[in-house]
Amino acid sequence: MSSPATILYCRCAYAQVVPTGVKNDVLQQLCASEASFETVSDLCEMAAHRDPRLQAIAACSKLRIAACYPRAVKGLFQQAGFPLPAETEILNMRTQTAAEITESLLRSDS
Amino acid sequence: MITHTHRPLRVVLYEGSGSIALPAESRAKVMMALLDQGYTVTRSGHGASAVPHDDRSLLVLGAFEGRAPALEDATGLVSIDTRDITGLAPDAIVALVSKSRGDKPMNEPGKWKPWFPVIDYSRCTNCMQCLSFCLFDVYGVSEDNKIQVQNNDNCKTNCPACSRVCPEVAIMFPKYQAGPINGDEINESESGREKIKVDISSLLGGDIYSALKDRSAAAKSRFSKERSPDKALDERKKCLTKLVGDGFIPADVLASLPSTEEILKKAEIAKAKAAAALAAQ
Repeated sequence: MSSPATILYCRCAYAQVVPTGVKNDVLQQLCASEASFETVSDLCEMAAHRDPRLQAIAACSKLRIAACYPRAVKGLFQQAGFPLPAETEILNMRTQTAAEITESLLRSDS
Repeated sequence: MITHTHRPLRVVLYEGSGSIALPAESRAKVMMALLDQGYTVTRSGHGASAVPHDDRSLLVLGAFEGRAPALEDATGLVSIDTRDITGLAPDAIVALVSKSRGDKPMNEPGKWKPWFPVIDYSRCTNCMQCLSFCLFDVYGVSEDNKIQVQNNDNCKTNCPACSRVCPEVAIMFPKYQAGPINGDEINESESGREKIKVDISSLLGGDIYSALKDRSAAAKSRFSKERSPDKALDERKKCLTKLVGDGFIPADVLASLPSTEEILKKAEIAKAKAAAALAAQ
């Protein structure tokens, strides 16, 4: 059996650019599951400070991130000095539905 | 360089062996409240990998039924604090976290907006136009002659002007509302924009503002609504005006900032840097 994915949820708490309904629904569905997952208040805020925790996140295998536009998320990590692995899956809470996102986040690879 | 450097406390909502799981609704309420206050929260359950801990303090919350274990990091690098949340309502759990944190400083949402440019290096051609356009030294050049964002804190909140004039659509502001500045995919009309190279020095031969406006009129049909030199220029001017209005920059200091001569000089320096960077590639 393969190792489980690492799930990361960004709350975008420092600016209200992600629809509240979508980000709440995604978090509620993650909470309703039995999965372990990581949540951060705001990836932009962490990138602005070159937060070393981003390095720990980027080092995870099978990373799935619920945040915003993939181009922006990749750029944030790269600019902070911790580029994401190419296979990282980024789900966009600004354009996708909560159901689509949660399904991808909690998908089993086995 | 960056002044808002207090890292968030990592809270672990432990629901593994030895702890009773919270109802899903309570779990979601607690996590939303903590995230909205700026905390980083790990839900420790089943079926996914956790991000490894780093050198911060951990606050472990669990329904331990009055028997919160005393934990110690085997490496000695992380301080671990455990709290029993058995029977506590979500509000009480959030209050417990605040109490445990005490007066340790932490960045908090609402007090600052993370507003700064993010370069898409898959598109950037190192032309240095952003460096010469920005009046606030947000951009710089790395040791290997690559354009980079060096002074996030200098960026003026809600001003995406440099993004609008980037000829490669390579500058993003993730907190901006509209695409492609917010990082959205770039459509064909934006890609057409890539072919337009702007010689900043030639633009600034006369009055900076009228020169840019003339330039924008000529290229108007090729610019999208969200990416225009007109908007960029207006935003830069608004930004400067607001800084004066707020008292951040005295009028006399402002007057010395964007003179044509200085901008021309800056453009020449950027041009030289760009040439050197290109030659080194």
